[in-house]
Amino acid sequence: MNLEFSAEDNAFRDEVRAFIAENYPEQLRGKQDEGDDLTKDDYLSWHKVLAKKGWVAPSWPKALGGTDWTSTQKYIWSEELARADALPVLPFGVVMVAPVIYTFGTPEQKERFLPKIYNGEEWWCQGYSEPGAGSDLASLKTKAERFTGDDGKEYYLVNGQKTWTTLAQFADWGFFLVRTDPTAKIQEGISFLLIDMKTPGIEVRRITTLEGGHEVNEVWLENVKVPVENRVYEENKGWTCAKFLLAHERSGIAGVARSKRGVEKIRDMASNELGDDGKPLIQDADFKRKVAELEIDLTALEFTELRTLASESAGKGPGPESSLLKIKGTEIQQRLTELALEAAGPYGAPYLRDLGDNAKIGPDYAVGRAGAYFNTRKTSIYGGSNEIQRNIIAKMVLGL
Amino acid sequence: MDFNFTEEQSMLRDTVASFLQDKYDFEKRRKMIGTDACRDPAIWEAFANELGILGAPFSEELGGLGGGAIENMIVMEEFGKALVVEPYLGTVVIGGGFLKHSGYAGAADLIGGVIEGKTIFAFAYAEPQARYTWQDLKTTAKKDGAGYVINGHKAVVVGAPWATHLIVTARTGGGQRDADGVSVFIVEKGAKGVVTRDYPTVDGQRASEVYFENVSVGADALIGVEGKGLPLVNKVIDEATAASCAEAVGAMRQLHAGTLDYAKQRKQFGTAIANFQVLQHRMVDMFMNLEQSVSMTYMATIKLSEDDAERAKAVSAAKVQIGKACKFVGQNAIQIHGGMGMTDELAIGHYFKRATMIEGLFGSVDHHLRRYETLSFDKAA
Repeated sequence: MNLEFSAEDNAFRDEVRAFIAENYPEQLRGKQDEGDDLTKDDYLSWHKVLAKKGWVAPSWPKALGGTDWTSTQKYIWSEELARADALPVLPFGVVMVAPVIYTFGTPEQKERFLPKIYNGEEWWCQGYSEPGAGSDLASLKTKAERFTGDDGKEYYLVNGQKTWTTLAQFADWGFFLVRTDPTAKIQEGISFLLIDMKTPGIEVRRITTLEGGHEVNEVWLENVKVPVENRVYEENKGWTCAKFLLAHERSGIAGVARSKRGVEKIRDMASNELGDDGKPLIQDADFKRKVAELEIDLTALEFTELRTLASESAGKGPGPESSLLKIKGTEIQQRLTELALEAAGPYGAPYLRDLGDNAKIGPDYAVGRAGAYFNTRKTSIYGGSNEIQRNIIAKMVLGL
Repeated sequence: MDFNFTEEQSMLRDTVASFLQDKYDFEKRRKMIGTDACRDPAIWEAFANELGILGAPFSEELGGLGGGAIENMIVMEEFGKALVVEPYLGTVVIGGGFLKHSGYAGAADLIGGVIEGKTIFAFAYAEPQARYTWQDLKTTAKKDGAGYVINGHKAVVVGAPWATHLIVTARTGGGQRDADGVSVFIVEKGAKGVVTRDYPTVDGQRASEVYFENVSVGADALIGVEGKGLPLVNKVIDEATAASCAEAVGAMRQLHAGTLDYAKQRKQFGTAIANFQVLQHRMVDMFMNLEQSVSMTYMATIKLSEDDAERAKAVSAAKVQIGKACKFVGQNAIQIHGGMGMTDELAIGHYFKRATMIEGLFGSVDHHLRRYETLSFDKAA
């Protein structure tokens, strides 16, 4: 048992910290905390810097552009990114669809799609959930009917509706789960399709979330023609790809490094906000106690994640225990936003979104705290709700 | 021991409820909030002239309905159910409270104005440095001949954009955090030197930062006794807190009922999600939080007429219960609604946002726990 970082690890930390400090785009720094919507260019600016360096996809196989970092190094990398408040690389391309393509795809698909995902030239969205298929994703109804086109080529005709499609308003491509065999048992009639978002018949409609932002969308598909060669893996075996992707989505979901940064920010805020006794809130016994409990909870999560990483390095893939990381990780994220809003006090109330730079009401640290609290309620709902995650642990880990 | 409402009180509730169902449903409210003014003046006018509720806690001699704190509670609960943004709390509960309890000479006229719908109050008490300590005041009122000159910055004054008059706490003496030296004034919002920066709040209301720049007021602007205003301020804020508890109960009723409805209709895995035991127990826990909140609201409202210490203890106890309940019921309503709970489109998120703001209004749960502790454990036997 050993909790120390080696000299090589420390050197690595110094290297990546310096890189981030020197190369993180200036325009992004302030914009993020304000809580206003970021532009497509904002998101891509950091991605492109990392792609140029070769660090945008650490988990990919080395031959395809991965970094071959040890799990300790990957851990250090995410800590340093969080420490710098760096925008995470958008997961849909690099972390979600790319592993499916390089694991299940044809050589042509790998060549066509992976480089542009890597470079940030093509932006991806995830067409999974439907109005009737949330937790019960397998019951999805968007259908894909095979036909031969006038050009003699094979296509799917796709009709249906996806929802909660994150940042689809910027997407060039989407990976969609569609029903290719309505007669089969529900998980056995699904295929995994890559769809060009410019294909005629696709409409992206904004969903405004309760804090006022635009992160998610409905995607309506009406008679959308998709070449059969855009299907990854075998027809009706798409659920295998989906399960593979969901397991990958869940590791890294603990968000420990970012939550540690979140605790630091609360300590900062509470050092500036005066409590009822006129002294900084961080000295208030009740508030301090709550921060202490949260830090302890986070430490427990951190070490559970480290144990999970260690057993993954030993050859075991991400298992159902990662559901624990998702549950605790998101509960901690939510608790952080609760405490931050509490620390903001009465100045948590002003709604300053879209009011421009003139709207400096109250201290900077209070701006956007309520919006972040409201928006973060999604984390216990998405990626498999925390109720579903508990079912997974009950069934797959405890055998209940 | 009697928890029944009188026939008049039940009628008051029914009248308000049916008016709001008709004229203030969620989509109508959304439209009103979206305008520059953020409200429709016809609503307040109807409150004044059609329903007479702006007179609810005022005596019949003054033109009111002859009620008191219970009537305020009834109105505020219905307002909570409909997410009403109209300034009843600032005007009738707080403004009315100051006017009724202080022996203010101009009270009858101003109350008349309130009942008519012409006078609207906003309470400017909080300051940027002060969190929930009402006596922490940098705003000063310096004696100037018979009158005063007021200078200072008041934070997050809810309803100020709509107010005709501001009720302002300011220091006429003493150190920044002293109990002694606190005074209360009525200032016309249009007075020279009153500068406001208006903005929306996250729960659909409007507030302002209010700056007093050498605002001159006469001796008749002072409410109560100069320098001895803190007990009056605490009393009125306690009344406002109890009324806010009632509003929160209304919001929580909708959060709970909406969740039950949704869970019964929403099908996943071949069945309504209301059939899953985990969610059933969650909805039961929400129900228990709601019922305890109803009880505490009644308790605190009834005890508003007790002596200062009893009243403060009762109100703090209620605010602790309601604060925790707002968080639990609100968060779980969103959770059970799943993705739909995250949308701006559905009403449920708007109830959650309002409940969240009430949680911190007039003091957080921690603040009230501490006040309760001070009153329960620290006072000399």
